[in-house]
Amino acid sequence: MECYLDNSATTKSFDSVAKLVTQIMCEDYGNPSSMHNKGMQAEEYLRNAKEIIAKNLKVSPKEIFFTSGGTESDNLALRGAAYANCRRGRHLITTAIEHPAILQTMQYLEEQGFEVTYLPVDENGRIRLEDLQRAIRRDTILVSIMHTNNEIGSLQPIAEAGELIKRMNADTLFHVDAVQGYGKFRIHPRRMHIDMLSVSAHKIHGPKGTGFLYVGEKVKIRPIVFGGGQQRGLRSGTENVPGIAGMAKAVEEVYQNLDADIERMYALRQTFAEGVQKLERVQVNGLPGRESAPHVVSVSFAGVRSEVLLHALEEKGIYVSAGSACSSNHPDTAGSATLRAIGLKKELLSSTVRFSFSVFTTEEEIQYTLQALYEIVPTLRRFARH
Amino acid sequence: MFLAFLIKYAEIGVKGKNRELFEEALVKQIRYALKRCEGEFSIRRTRGRIYIDVLSDYDYEETVENLRTVCGISAICPMIQMQDEGFDKLLDAVTDYVDGQYPDKHFTFKVHTRRARKNYPIESMEINALVGERLLEAFPEMRVDVHRPEVTLYIEIRERIYVYSIEIPGPGGMPVGTNGKAMLLLSGGIDSPVAGYMVAKRGVKIDAVYFHAPPYTSERAKQKVVDLARLVARYSGPVYLHVINFTDIQLAIYEKCPHEELTIIMRRYMMRIAEEIAKKTECLGLVTGESIGQVASQTMHSLAVTNEVCALPVFRPCIGLDKQEIVEISEKIGTYETSILPYEDCCTIFVAKHPVTKPNLNVIKRHEENLKDCIEALIQKALETDELIIAEV
Repeated sequence: MECYLDNSATTKSFDSVAKLVTQIMCEDYGNPSSMHNKGMQAEEYLRNAKEIIAKNLKVSPKEIFFTSGGTESDNLALRGAAYANCRRGRHLITTAIEHPAILQTMQYLEEQGFEVTYLPVDENGRIRLEDLQRAIRRDTILVSIMHTNNEIGSLQPIAEAGELIKRMNADTLFHVDAVQGYGKFRIHPRRMHIDMLSVSAHKIHGPKGTGFLYVGEKVKIRPIVFGGGQQRGLRSGTENVPGIAGMAKAVEEVYQNLDADIERMYALRQTFAEGVQKLERVQVNGLPGRESAPHVVSVSFAGVRSEVLLHALEEKGIYVSAGSACSSNHPDTAGSATLRAIGLKKELLSSTVRFSFSVFTTEEEIQYTLQALYEIVPTLRRFARH
Repeated sequence: MFLAFLIKYAEIGVKGKNRELFEEALVKQIRYALKRCEGEFSIRRTRGRIYIDVLSDYDYEETVENLRTVCGISAICPMIQMQDEGFDKLLDAVTDYVDGQYPDKHFTFKVHTRRARKNYPIESMEINALVGERLLEAFPEMRVDVHRPEVTLYIEIRERIYVYSIEIPGPGGMPVGTNGKAMLLLSGGIDSPVAGYMVAKRGVKIDAVYFHAPPYTSERAKQKVVDLARLVARYSGPVYLHVINFTDIQLAIYEKCPHEELTIIMRRYMMRIAEEIAKKTECLGLVTGESIGQVASQTMHSLAVTNEVCALPVFRPCIGLDKQEIVEISEKIGTYETSILPYEDCCTIFVAKHPVTKPNLNVIKRHEENLKDCIEALIQKALETDELIIAEV
């Protein structure tokens, strides 16, 4: 039995998406900038995709910019807004548990002379609004907070943060990395005071290499790549028409039965979390139930090396992620920034595995995985490294 | 510009009546290397020399790079060649060649002519003198030094005329296939690919065995070893890589033997299994990357204890090298970058904090007794997992 529980890494495409992408690649392959009909036909796909996404976010189609995915969206938001607004100030705020696309970009901006405040998180991976309030200054030009954490599924108080930021400093921009949260939650930037929002298609059963950045109409932002001036000059380069159309298709599909799907995912998460805790010396990281994302379960198995557990599960056709590969020989540096930031005990850093679900995940797969864990974990503990 | 190569080989020149065999093997390996290169080539053997003629467009860098992997080649000399259109034309061509090849003319040189075609009107010594004279005239910065010249300009007069002055070093050694076959224990580290290369350089064909231990080692670790075998195969020709599942043996040792002796006992069983496969595949010896004292399992005591299980000779070409020296060779042969990829191999997963450094054979054997009920069956089972991967360039 194949059991893909690594949906936070990437997801299987919807069939409808794959079909549409193929059709566009083989038949409607025009360049949307071409003046002839073939080009207009391609442009029509882009316009349509923008409308679908804009409607979903309740924003204007003009505010959607297509990118190559989450990493580029994050880079464009941070670097583009930092440089465009650096005369107002050079202070940025983010959290300690962001994706590397944010953290590495922030580090780069620090080297360029910006100052960055990293908000700590509690043991459940949530920032405290008091910390945010204290951090915002007159020269704060941008705050970037992730919607859903990719490793433990913790949710940030985005709407509250948005309101707080605007109250403290109306000029401060608010960017949200929603790569893990989009497709699981309804996100409405205007209501949440979000100025920029990063999304990736392949986390919601769309194609890889495609994503978008929502940029509010009034936001001052500069391009980070230069070229033919497509997308009103903010993101040059021939648009990835099949990818973009596929992404829009995925958005439609994933939001079609969202409430029922999420309900089911939470039930699976509950079953799995309860089941896995029947094992001894196991802890589920983050908050239970609705206070976490429906699709991510981070579990620490004391006395088991995550990499070995991953490969043992792999032998049974179960695919998961290990928090930290490779560095496991060096206990001081092992484990991700997120796991360290939530204060996970040192010996659990390299014993933590992430299971992540999707709409395709079934009860049967969950039961199969639990049975596999009941079998494997005690065996691996017997042969633990001293 | 260069339309031919002269291939020099040092050691095989002195092998008496076997020379024919060695030269044939060398030509075969050169063909194998040239197959990877764009272009058409023809190989000629004449009186103790091998020439490669270029028959079409080709990529000089790529060709030289691939020829440099052929064991047995001591030097590759790119040559210009021309029709005999009179001595004046030859002087012009040599002058142009020197001008193009050496932008800075501050060097000492001599001219060395071989007149294989004896009906050429001018004698070798005279050609040397005339060419030298002409070059000094054209480039006054150049100086003649017939004893220790920085550049020796060779002129070979045959049906056509060849000129060369550059010698690109090859790996040396002997052509693969002239010295039997050996079984390399390939781990994924830095040392074992180097050991394989060093043995291949002496003309030995290489088979390899890799022990993997799923789920403790990953498919990526295995892929890394396949990649390393491919890199070694550039020198040795196709490597038949045997992948053996070692998990059960390792776990049995872990459960039943003292932890400090785990690595040494494990290595003894690896040697045994490698020897079994070596015998089946007609290998005449085992090859390991061990170097005295590098780690606990490679002290003289440990090596003696490991060695004891084998009847076949075990060759350890890195034995006297320091780590840095091994690293330098691995960088030279291009395996270093792959070797340092951080995947766990089966030697490190259960390693004790303080493994024995001076194991006593009798003690080790006594502790191996703990395995006597299961080990033969486990070895048989492991041998049955043998997955053969042919690693070639």
